Amino acid sequence: MSRPEDQLPPDLFYNDNESRKYTTSSRIRNIQADMTNRALELLDLKSPSLILDNPPEDGGPHTWIGMDISPSMLDVALQREVEGDLFLADIGQGVPFRPGTFDAAISISAIQWLCNAETSDVSPEGRLKRFFEGLYASLRRGGRAVCQFYPKNDVQRSMISGAAIKAGFGAGMLEDDPGTKNGKIYLVLTVGGGGLTGDITGVVNGMDVNVLDARRKAMEVNNARPARKGDRAWIMKKKEQMERKGKVVKQNSKYTGRKRRIAF
Amino acid sequence: MKVITANFVTCAVKECKTSAQSFPLHFHDAELEMSELDFQPEFIRNVVPRIDWEALRVTANELGFPTLPDVKPEGDALNDEQTLKDLHRLLLETQVMEGKLKCGNCGHEYVIKEGIANFLLPSHLV
Repeated sequence: MSRPEDQLPPDLFYNDNESRKYTTSSRIRNIQADMTNRALELLDLKSPSLILDNPPEDGGPHTWIGMDISPSMLDVALQREVEGDLFLADIGQGVPFRPGTFDAAISISAIQWLCNAETSDVSPEGRLKRFFEGLYASLRRGGRAVCQFYPKNDVQRSMISGAAIKAGFGAGMLEDDPGTKNGKIYLVLTVGGGGLTGDITGVVNGMDVNVLDARRKAMEVNNARPARKGDRAWIMKKKEQMERKGKVVKQNSKYTGRKRRIAF
Repeated sequence: MKVITANFVTCAVKECKTSAQSFPLHFHDAELEMSELDFQPEFIRNVVPRIDWEALRVTANELGFPTLPDVKPEGDALNDEQTLKDLHRLLLETQVMEGKLKCGNCGHEYVIKEGIANFLLPSHLV
């Protein structure tokens, strides 16, 4: 499949038609929500905080400010009546906030768009630099940012993480489902964390974070002993199904699904 | 746009980064709307130290709110439920739906429509 950022600039690509998929397609919505939740998990916020969000998604108990370059995507957010504040802005032009504004920042599937220069007077390096420097300044000390992105290749991947490190961040990468087509790369950035050299361990120090692997999970599901027709698990499943349909079902007890003793 | 956001946002024009006049941005022709949100005292306590009180007083004045106290509530004052509720109402529940934000330095106007501020700049200003 061709990459969207090779086709059009983001404000034109995410037109009304493309943006509507984010409200109508449950698959896209689930993927977006999963990634936002994963990012929130990596941020490890202890109390309700002020978050910069790009693109706007709902962020639990936190107050957030959402930036997006596409008017249609903002319109979608408006229709969903999200609680945060919305901004029409290009992250490649910088982050126009006072120093130390945010506790954290989340960016989902956005920064690979910065690697494309749409006009001759901007360059990918310049746009990345402006974004990361603006982000670095607007986060408070001890703050954290998680950017999920889809790099086109290794060059782009190192260009993005290099730009973040140059802006002063401590950076680490976390890759969920590595090697599959569902692979997700999270760039975890810290402000004033210190002592980070390329790997994630320093960032997630003391946190319970594992690399997710959907293949292993699928294998576990497949290897689980299937319920055979007639055994207790099978009966319980059927009873649940019937109950959901509104049928009258006998209550479960310790005798449910037991073999009768032979009378003679 | 919420009042809390207005207290953090600065002019995006490059020349204005160094000017003290570029913050806070000034509201013009603002239409307000109140929308109720869950009250989270912890969040207010977390965010108040970062609020620029002088700027908040200017903004509240421009939006026609009664004058705020001279000094920022700190320490014990942040345990007072009423103070926190008032701040919650001003910072989070008050929204500017239509209007303009103007930079005091370069005079650039950022238009707010349906509560969304347009911070896209023409490339020569970036």
